[in-house]
Amino acid sequence: MTSLYAFVAGPLAWAAFLFFFGGLCYRLLSMLRQVRQSEPFIFSYMSLRYSLRSILHWLIPFFAMGWRRNPILTGVTFIFHISLIAAPVFIVSHVVLWDEAWNLSWWTLPDAVVDVMTLVVVAACLFFALRRVLRPEVRFVSDASDYLLLVLTAAPFVTGFLAYHQWPAGPWMTIAHMVSGELLLALIPFTRLRHMLSGWLTRAYIGSEFGAVRHARDW
Amino acid sequence: MNERHKEPSEIMDDGVEAALSRLTPEKIQAVINSVLKGETGARFKAYMDTCIHCGLCSEACQFFLSRDRDPHYSPVGKVKQTVWPMVKNKGRVDTDFIRRAVRIAHTECNLCKRCVAFCPFGIDIAYLMTVVRRIIHKLGATPLYLQDTAHSHASTMNQMWVKEDEWIDTLQWQEDEARAEIPSLRIPLDKEGAEIMYSVIAPEPKFQAQLIYQAAAIMHVAGVDWTMPSDIGWDNSDMAMFTGDYEIMGRIKRTHFEAATRLRVKKIVMGECGHAFRSVYDTGNRWLGWAQPPVPIVHAIAFYYDLLKTGKLRIARKYSHPVTLHDPCNVVRGGGLHEKARYVVHQLCDNLIEMHPNREHNYCCGAGGGVINCGPPYKNARVAGNRVKAEQLFDAKSRGAHTLIAPCHNCHSGLHDIVHHHGIDLEIKFFSDIIYECMEKPDGSE
Amino acid sequence: MVVSSAWDWSIGEKRVDTKSWTERFLQVQEYQVSADGESVAAIVALDDQAFNVCVNGALWDTPFDKIWRLRFTPDSRATALVSADGQWTLAVNGQTWPESFDYIWHPLVSENGQHIAAAIQQGGRYAMALDGEVWPNDFGTIAYSALSPSGDRTAGAVQVKVADSGQLEAFQEGTFSAAVDGTAWGSTFVNVWHLVFSPDGQHLAAEVRQSLYDYTIVVDGKPWPQQYTCVWAPSFDPVTGHVVAPVRKDGHWKMAQDGELLWQRPFAQLWQQRFSPDGSRLAAIAATAFGRWTVVVDGHPWPVTFAGMVSDLTFSPDGRHIAALAKEKDHWTVVVDGKPWQHRFERAWPPVFAPDGSGSVAVKVEMDGAFTFAVDDRIWPHAFERNWEPFFSPDGRRLLLPTMNQNGYCRKVVEKF
Ligand code: HEM
Ligand code: SF4
Ligand code: SF4
Repeated sequence: MTSLYAFVAGPLAWAAFLFFFGGLCYRLLSMLRQVRQSEPFIFSYMSLRYSLRSILHWLIPFFAMGWRRNPILTGVTFIFHISLIAAPVFIVSHVVLWDEAWNLSWWTLPDAVVDVMTLVVVAACLFFALRRVLRPEVRFVSDASDYLLLVLTAAPFVTGFLAYHQWPAGPWMTIAHMVSGELLLALIPFTRLRHMLSGWLTRAYIGSEFGAVRHARDW
Repeated sequence: MNERHKEPSEIMDDGVEAALSRLTPEKIQAVINSVLKGETGARFKAYMDTCIHCGLCSEACQFFLSRDRDPHYSPVGKVKQTVWPMVKNKGRVDTDFIRRAVRIAHTECNLCKRCVAFCPFGIDIAYLMTVVRRIIHKLGATPLYLQDTAHSHASTMNQMWVKEDEWIDTLQWQEDEARAEIPSLRIPLDKEGAEIMYSVIAPEPKFQAQLIYQAAAIMHVAGVDWTMPSDIGWDNSDMAMFTGDYEIMGRIKRTHFEAATRLRVKKIVMGECGHAFRSVYDTGNRWLGWAQPPVPIVHAIAFYYDLLKTGKLRIARKYSHPVTLHDPCNVVRGGGLHEKARYVVHQLCDNLIEMHPNREHNYCCGAGGGVINCGPPYKNARVAGNRVKAEQLFDAKSRGAHTLIAPCHNCHSGLHDIVHHHGIDLEIKFFSDIIYECMEKPDGSE
Repeated sequence: MVVSSAWDWSIGEKRVDTKSWTERFLQVQEYQVSADGESVAAIVALDDQAFNVCVNGALWDTPFDKIWRLRFTPDSRATALVSADGQWTLAVNGQTWPESFDYIWHPLVSENGQHIAAAIQQGGRYAMALDGEVWPNDFGTIAYSALSPSGDRTAGAVQVKVADSGQLEAFQEGTFSAAVDGTAWGSTFVNVWHLVFSPDGQHLAAEVRQSLYDYTIVVDGKPWPQQYTCVWAPSFDPVTGHVVAPVRKDGHWKMAQDGELLWQRPFAQLWQQRFSPDGSRLAAIAATAFGRWTVVVDGHPWPVTFAGMVSDLTFSPDGRHIAALAKEKDHWTVVVDGKPWQHRFERAWPPVFAPDGSGSVAVKVEMDGAFTFAVDDRIWPHAFERNWEPFFSPDGRRLLLPTMNQNGYCRKVVEKF
């Protein structure tokens, strides 16, 4: 048991972070290399000012036309993504681990807040899944992989919530939480979840084109 | 309904059918893979990998909104029916698939880029549809009317098979006509060192020569130092850009820019056309290796704006009817000319009744992106695919609009079809129609 | 070539009072100046219906209903396309060709100015006319008309098979060819563009498309065995007769000769190649990368690049120097052998080399809305409303400067400055 825990908390965690950061770096570098190779013109049009202009406008909830036309989803996705990132980063029990391992620590959120956020993430995933089934235009472009991504995303939050509340008692749920979290981290660069990196870049590119060439808003 | 409208899937295009009958699965696969591997890069891959299949882009598309939210017409839905299977099956798709892909990429997407403003990641569905069109071009399966236009571009360097002598003859004829009204007026041919080269699309000399007359009158009254080339390069239009025949696109754009450099003008002013603006301002120059057009491009809207703003052109009496303004995608989302267009409207007319949404968020006329150039077989489907525009027009009409200003040739034709089909009583005009009608003219004219 | 040694090279000015023309005539169109600077001419309107050409104040004998395309030949004769009673022809110093046509356009002049050709349309059929004489055959359409340098042969891209609008397959089987002196090549192509005669006029090369996708170069009707995804206009080596052309493959441009790669280095763009007069050097305009333009000499780019454009590549008569115009943002400059001048211009006209081997370059330029001249990066201290391209004396020591201001036309000969 303890050796399994040690493995999951040690080498497996290492591997997950390696895949996550290494994978994202690899994605970034290979994308830049590909631009250089096959579409070098893109660099000529990238503009920091207009990249940021576009990204900032899209970071404000309900600001872009696309957000406003889908108000419910917009509300859900903002709360989802904030919780998705804030809960694991600012939960006390994770910060303690960082502190023990690397002597690094930072500000934390009260456990009750994280608890709510966790539920928010899970509920949002349920909402996304439901939306996928109910909205014809979303159902039309959905396949198993879309649902799997939702399961993959929700899993560490479901297990984390259960482990924290000790349902069922014992170490198994904690191990399941760790494994599913590590799996999610490791898979982000290799699934469409890599939008957490590439989404900024595609927005920056189109923002540059719209700003510097087309002189038009893209939000 | 007496007349049974064909479902889009029932439309037969002889050019497409002839091409499909020649295709083998091996050929299809080889072509798809050569384009996907050889001609796409990081951008294509990023769009494919980033799209989270959320469907947010659906709300953007006039086809989706007009077709009762049928998912087949949503932007990402079109990608699902074309690009995804090509990538997933590594190019192994059949001729039925290609037939469907032709219909979708060529007649159910205006390449209007409205969806860019609806996708949180800014995924450019129009770009993905042009990749599909490029594949279709390489398969030789472009819709017949559009392909014929591309043949014309390749053979004559203009869109309408206008022969070299017909072009010059038309200009001289319009000069003659205009001299009856303004005796000293000229259409200066090949005036090396003029400030401005004025370029048009071939439908003007072919069918709408009065637009050249009007432009000449405006140039004359405003005292502009201008010229038009007698040689090829006078046409700024570009359907090859929409068929995916980029080699011909490059050739005709080079011809256009070289006409301007041969005449050593400072800038090119172009008539009220949207797709041509896209081609010379943004797309054709890139294929040739120019990040920006080598000779500055001024669209007619910006040109009229300058003339009115600087007082070179004065309005004698304002246009009496209430107007509404259509924002052409290619000069608004493609060139940011919406505020200048409104300035020009306000100089000409007292009463502008806005359609909503407008400016960058306008709905396409449904004709753009080469869709109208696919010709009569697709006309009914095209009009049916843009009910939202008809609703906008109805709304503007019901709030009192009498005239619809559409500063783009394609929009003009597309809106004409919509207005005609639904019996919306709106008169469609170019800016130049109204400016010509309302401007101060020199004494002794008329 | 023009023999400039016979021109008046004595220092001084010769004036023509063009100012009075505007009072004499209802309308005076663009002024044209002869190569030797001795004549200034314009199309003038006599009344609403009649036009004439005024050369140094004297009118041609007969007016015409319409006149356009007034230009001087290299041997300083005034030519224009003229129409009377709905028929068109070409006039040289007021003398029309005996034949007239339903339409005439695109006049071409031989290097020595002796021969003139033009495209003509008669009864909806198309051909070329050389010094008034029409081809024995006519065609459904003509484009890219060409005249050999010595002016003895004419050519045009012609459509030899009928493919009505909408007949895609017939068109794609090939309906275009090139005709030389009225005789079409035996071969047809989907498209034929940019016909180029060899210096001796014996051969004709062109760009063709053999299907919608396969491009190559054709010489005398015979295509290169290699095909490319695109090609640009070919040129003949003036000494060996080899044909070179920029060709595109895998998204890059390279220079090819007779179907084999000549320069290995790929470019983002490559065109407008020129041979030095002795054929020993080949230069072209190229983009070394997207948006970076320069001149490439024998495959090696100049160290400077420009974002706007590079144009008017010119060899000095001895082939040792190369000049070109380059544009960066809104401004032009002159670049000689890879070194840009300091001065920036609103516009510049083609560089003119001194014939004496000094490498001196003179250019007509526009600065601050007025026109002047620049020589080797020095600016002539006077500006004009209008001017024409400068010309070096045969010894390279003097310059002919054709200019115009409020007082009229002035032909100046000055010491090179
Ligand atoms: C930090 C940067 C991120 C940004 C800017 C971002 C942005 C977005 C956006 C704009 C959407 C589309 C709207 C929607 O459907 O909700 C989306 C959807 C989604 N994102 Fe993210 N995201 C980020 C990170 C992540 C991460 C790290 C994960 C998972 C671990 C994730 C999981 C999801 C999921 C599951 C969906 C929704 C899918 C659905 O509709 O089925 N995101 N994201
Ligand atoms: S580009 Fe325009 S027509 Fe095409 S999918 Fe997007 S919104 Fe629809
Ligand atoms: S909005 Fe963007 S991410 Fe969502 S389905 Fe459409 S293209 Fe894909």
